[in-house]
Amino acid sequence: MIHKFKQNGRYIVLDVCSGGVHEVDELAYSLLDYAAPPFFDECPKEITDKLSEYPADEVKDCYNELKTLYDEGMLFTEDDYEKYADMALNAPIKAMCLHVSHDCNLRCKYCFAQTGDFGGDRMLMSPETGKRAMDYLIAHSANRVNLEVDFFGGEPLMAWDTVVETVKYARSIEKQHNKNFRFTITTNGILLDDEKIDFINREMSNCVLSLDGRKEINDNIRPCINGSGSYDIILPKFKKLVDGRGDKDYYVRGTFTKYNLDFAEDVLHINSLGFKQLSVEPVVADPSLPYAITEEDLPKIFSEYDRLEKIMEEQKLSGGKKFNFFHFMIDLDQGPCVIKRLRGCGCGNEYIAVTPDGDIYPCHQFVGIEEWKMGSIFSDKLSQEIKDKFAKLHIYSKEQCGECWARFYCSGGCNANSFIYEGDIRKPHKLACEMQKKRIECAIALESAE
Amino acid sequence: MKHIKTVNKANLKQTAEKGGCGKCQTSCQSACKTSCTVANQKCEAVK
Repeated sequence: MIHKFKQNGRYIVLDVCSGGVHEVDELAYSLLDYAAPPFFDECPKEITDKLSEYPADEVKDCYNELKTLYDEGMLFTEDDYEKYADMALNAPIKAMCLHVSHDCNLRCKYCFAQTGDFGGDRMLMSPETGKRAMDYLIAHSANRVNLEVDFFGGEPLMAWDTVVETVKYARSIEKQHNKNFRFTITTNGILLDDEKIDFINREMSNCVLSLDGRKEINDNIRPCINGSGSYDIILPKFKKLVDGRGDKDYYVRGTFTKYNLDFAEDVLHINSLGFKQLSVEPVVADPSLPYAITEEDLPKIFSEYDRLEKIMEEQKLSGGKKFNFFHFMIDLDQGPCVIKRLRGCGCGNEYIAVTPDGDIYPCHQFVGIEEWKMGSIFSDKLSQEIKDKFAKLHIYSKEQCGECWARFYCSGGCNANSFIYEGDIRKPHKLACEMQKKRIECAIALESAE
Repeated sequence: MKHIKTVNKANLKQTAEKGGCGKCQTSCQSACKTSCTVANQKCEAVK
């Protein structure tokens, strides 16, 4: 299977099952409308006839080049990876989204956590529960060495003591268990101060800083509890944190909605503030809500991705790369192995979310949905039925994924999105798929530009 | 080749042979949290 597309005036061909990327001329691009296995020693006459606008010798030459790539396993490669599909069964747990706070000091209009409480009571996790969560993760991680813990909410800085004590506890026991904790935090920044910034920059391998872009865009949808804007409060704090971060990862992460379909402006605005690691992503929302993204928005969204890709490509080619855009990042040579690519995030199987009172859900987006509760860190009874259900989710078991050219890049997409929009974790959400495919094209084009 | 320039080494087949070690990051722990992207993750085994 191949996928061909035009991006920024270039013709690009992806060999889906080998991961090979080829930049081709217009003739080869057109020829691929007709040429497919089996390839013959000579280009069939019906193909030269169909491409009569080109000299026949050129068409034959080009056909032979395509045949060479096919013979070398770099074009029309077969998908023979299904035999690896069940390798995730009985996988250990290696990552945890720790909901230290089901409360928030902002009132973001699009919050999937219902302004922080996830549809339940507003509450903070106790330090003791945080420590027991670390014990639970170690106990269920088998031989995995790298263990990831993301402090999440609501707003995790509202439970700062729990963050600090949990990190200190995990650090105190990691060596004896031959583990390496990697902490991350996702914060709105309101409560950041020098002490917290120092701690985060010392202990957290990555931090995600929420900002939606231009002041008017951010303040409209991310107001404080009293209705005032959050932009002016958080911006100096984010700058201070990033200035002190050195080489460690961070992302300034925004959400775009129907209110700012010109979101490339927000990406460029965040970059103009001095931030270089950026992620701006489509909102997840009920389609009936006024800010939700709907199918009619796709042409505008695609044109914004095109615009961003063009700007980044120009920067790259002029030697002045100014920022990274998370969804355009791709490693065409040493990315994840194909076995990893058969399934997505690992939620409900290798990755779990833990609520302030210790309940376990497949991921942060499932929290509060009773039917998806998997157990509690205070009990050994983790739902094997739910865990197996997620372990068996892969590109061959999800509807439509097995035939999609993008399957080794999105790996079946977000299971929570599938459930929220389609009511079934095996049914990918079409709108999310369309945006994902566009981003992957942009990412491949940007990475291959030289 | 005159009409085709290959950009990368096509290597997914080779990654299957030694892959699946599970050392890599879970994709949702990076920046997304609402949209799964796997291909931008790094392989920890080749570090």
